[in-house]
Amino acid sequence: MLAKRIIPCLDIKDGRTVKGINFVDLRDAGDPVELAEIYSKEGADELVFLDISATEQKRKTLADLVYKVAEKVNIPFTVGGGISSVEDVDVLLQNGADKVSINSSAVKNPQLINDLVGKFGSQCIVIAIDAKQIDGQWVVHLVGGKVPTELNLFDWAKEVEERGAGEILFTSMDNDGTKDGFANEALARLSAELNIPIIASGGAGNMRHFTDAFIKGKADAALAASVFHFKEIKIKELKKELRENGIPVRL
Amino acid sequence: MKIVIINYGAGNIQSIKFAIQRLGYEAVLSNNVEEIQNADKVIFPGVGEASSAMHKLRASGLDKLIPELKQPVLGICLGMQLMCNSSEEGNTMGLGIFDIDVVRFSPSSPEGSVKIPQIGWNKLESIRSELFKGLAEDYVYMVHSFYAPLCNETIATCDYGIKYSAALQKDNFYGTQFHPEKSSAVGEKILNNFLKM
Repeated sequence: MLAKRIIPCLDIKDGRTVKGINFVDLRDAGDPVELAEIYSKEGADELVFLDISATEQKRKTLADLVYKVAEKVNIPFTVGGGISSVEDVDVLLQNGADKVSINSSAVKNPQLINDLVGKFGSQCIVIAIDAKQIDGQWVVHLVGGKVPTELNLFDWAKEVEERGAGEILFTSMDNDGTKDGFANEALARLSAELNIPIIASGGAGNMRHFTDAFIKGKADAALAASVFHFKEIKIKELKKELRENGIPVRL
Repeated sequence: MKIVIINYGAGNIQSIKFAIQRLGYEAVLSNNVEEIQNADKVIFPGVGEASSAMHKLRASGLDKLIPELKQPVLGICLGMQLMCNSSEEGNTMGLGIFDIDVVRFSPSSPEGSVKIPQIGWNKLESIRSELFKGLAEDYVYMVHSFYAPLCNETIATCDYGIKYSAALQKDNFYGTQFHPEKSSAVGEKILNNFLKM
């Protein structure tokens, strides 16, 4: 039986991890490769690297980072952040990324999804969708949730699936940072309406939230950042609890 | 030991090269017939679409070479699928090493609905091969929409709505649907077992 996945997310700026990461045993808390290795040993099923740098050397720095991660890490990883063309994706995959995550550029140019899927296959194309509720409607947002679009979450997700995306990474901006749990109702609706895997993101605060995302939200994977970085939740303990709750996990 | 990863423009070859490096060996990427023939171990990777990958193999004559190889050969993911008789993906003939036809997962199965592609960690069952020496029924990483049904050459099964072949073997030819290079310590053990054959 396919296991539910636990995915730590690392924010990257200029090739370094950002936000105070609370790992006392790290020699260099800003080194994404070292952190990735630690998460991999602790039982993370996958990793996501989200590049938030905006420099001109960004592409080269990110490609170098991907190469270094691929050299050391023996679990799959996804790279996202500002990827906007077939060439961008080609470089990242050639350097050893397993998947790429596309957000704003897919909204601006949906045909990009078809082009990427045609060239690289569905399996490596993750579409990230940020959304929040406005007057009871889930509205897709850009630029980390700052800019609303005309798109409805469920319509956009369906379109993304039809264009061939392999997975959807759904972040609820309403839940992100609250530590109040994932957006389980929206997640469950996505899972019911779509037939590709859904990764839940935004709102993880405790272990119960992950159980809820899998049982109530019917998510295939759950992503979180700070609860792992600050060691509020240890991946091994989380997986033990999930297993006790009857959720299949890799332990 | 000379390890060659067949480079025919299909897939994430870098990860396999790195995984072999982590085990303390060096692998060469090549599409050169002589270099492949002279290797001690051959790895046949593949990610992407089956019919276009077969097209690339035919264009370089590798479709004739691979089935004739005598040393241990390991097909990974699409590589394994292309070693079968045919694939429903793009309705293509395969290399005909494994006597089975690759088909697409059905969204509805006796056990309920499954999502396509299957992405993530699933458990190996009924393992029977030196490829899995020293391993129990462990989790490995899978990413695929098509699969090889169970057959006489199945050496490990996996359950995704139905039971299918997680690995195949015939003589010196091995194939894994999963990615050993991405399957953590379990995958490293499997790769190491292959390299020690």
